[in-house]
Amino acid sequence: MKPRIEVVAIDCLMVRLFDVIAEANMPWMLAATQRLRSDFGTALVDLVPSYTTLMVHYDLTALSPAGARHRIDQALADLQPQAQGSGQCHVLPVWYDLRVGPELSVLSQRSGLTVDEVIRRHSAHEYQVFALGFAPGFAFMGLVDEALATPRLSTPRKRVAAGSVGIAERQTAAYPVVSPGGWNLIGRTPAKLFDRERDGYSLMQPGDTVRFQAVDHAEFIRLGGDDTPLEAQP
Amino acid sequence: MSRLSIEASTPLCLLQDAGRFGVRHLGVTQGGALDWVSMAWANWLLGNALNAAVVEITLGGFTVKAEDYCLLALAGADLGAHIDERAISPGRSFVLQKGQRLRFTQPFDGARAYLAAPGGFDAPAVLGSCATVAREALGGVDGLGNALAAGGRLSYSGTGGALQELSQPALPTGGPLDVIVGAQIGQFSGQSLFDAFNTDWALDSRADRMGMRLLGTPLQYQGPSLISEGIPLGAIQVPPDGQPIVLLNDRQTIGGYPRLGALTPLALARLAQCLPGEKVRLAPVVQETAHRQHIEYLRRFQTAGRACSR
Repeated sequence: MKPRIEVVAIDCLMVRLFDVIAEANMPWMLAATQRLRSDFGTALVDLVPSYTTLMVHYDLTALSPAGARHRIDQALADLQPQAQGSGQCHVLPVWYDLRVGPELSVLSQRSGLTVDEVIRRHSAHEYQVFALGFAPGFAFMGLVDEALATPRLSTPRKRVAAGSVGIAERQTAAYPVVSPGGWNLIGRTPAKLFDRERDGYSLMQPGDTVRFQAVDHAEFIRLGGDDTPLEAQP
Repeated sequence: MSRLSIEASTPLCLLQDAGRFGVRHLGVTQGGALDWVSMAWANWLLGNALNAAVVEITLGGFTVKAEDYCLLALAGADLGAHIDERAISPGRSFVLQKGQRLRFTQPFDGARAYLAAPGGFDAPAVLGSCATVAREALGGVDGLGNALAAGGRLSYSGTGGALQELSQPALPTGGPLDVIVGAQIGQFSGQSLFDAFNTDWALDSRADRMGMRLLGTPLQYQGPSLISEGIPLGAIQVPPDGQPIVLLNDRQTIGGYPRLGALTPLALARLAQCLPGEKVRLAPVVQETAHRQHIEYLRRFQTAGRACSR
């Protein structure tokens, strides 16, 4: 493990750990994150993890570019992967239904699987949270069963309901708030994904794992879900 | 507490500070004043912390009426500010007597003006900042990401500050915008690298607080497609159409387009004052040089003399 360090901005360095997206990256990414956070301390402004990289944004009044580079080198020397299961595991209830997941039928047709089998496969896997982005609390998770991999919609929707669960290629995610979006929608979760009153704000953090659990309509409503069909939401 | 009632506003008049930090890994954008230099000088004029909450007024259309005696400071663009019928130039602090109106009309020089108050305007800290980001429903006077609106109110609770003006323009002027070249620079065609740094780029009207598009000879990226990664402030990303986009304070936190590099903070402050149609040039600079220049510029806030305006 010899991470590459690249210049990206006056006060940002990119630590490139891998070249491909893989679930096996995560123990290394988590270990590197922890080391960088503790070694930079208050000189760290932000640490942005993504699938294969960690962007280190440091305080440029505290560190020179050379100093920051040196600090990264030190932090990542003798890096060891973090033991599995160090992130939190979340179970997200999902009401899989055509009324809130119109692309269930598309996925079924593309894969040749029944809708029930699509649901079963989506909810059978424990996904890794690779990164958060696009919107506060929007977690990019993977990897989805290859049979379910589906490209984004050619024309993104102007409005996707909060809680919508979708698939794009081999990734899955849930929309924290109403927003535009191009993912294939297969269901909806009642879980509150981003809450400014919650400690840590986002339900899912990079490095966490997530399992989706199919629930019926009654349970979805009981858990506080909003079943308003997609375009009718205010 | 001193209060101002808002009589006219636009969706581009926003409460801002330096932005939100320590939350980028949660997908939360940075936000904050686009022209951080003018924000800092507006605050400096009142002896505030340089990142205290200010009003960012883009293009004008903003009017406030003092409900109490108010001491305020203005820096950045000349947006035709008037106290009642008297014109007032940016780069100074001033008094608004109870009942007087401060009005911003239209851009005469620059695009964004910054209005500061002693101790900063009152606003709840949301995830550590009052920076207004409508898309994320974070920040602003109400904490919910709403722009300042007619019928609303601004207030401040700080005291102190004096009448003074800047002895020099808030922003360094002239010359190309410095770009710290990024790791993907070698993946652009040789011709594109020449074009990037030797031709004019016109600012597109498709510009907002997320990004500004530059129009010119399309740049050709020849490298492999990229996996999404963190995007720094000022990143110049090049989508497949070859027209670069400078990513600003409200950008998304990660993205997968190739990048030419990133503008320096000083270049970003200047860009924030450019209007659509204006032409800019880009110049490559290495990180160490840019860092040195930046630290040097920050020293001005310690050493600048305060000239009494009256």
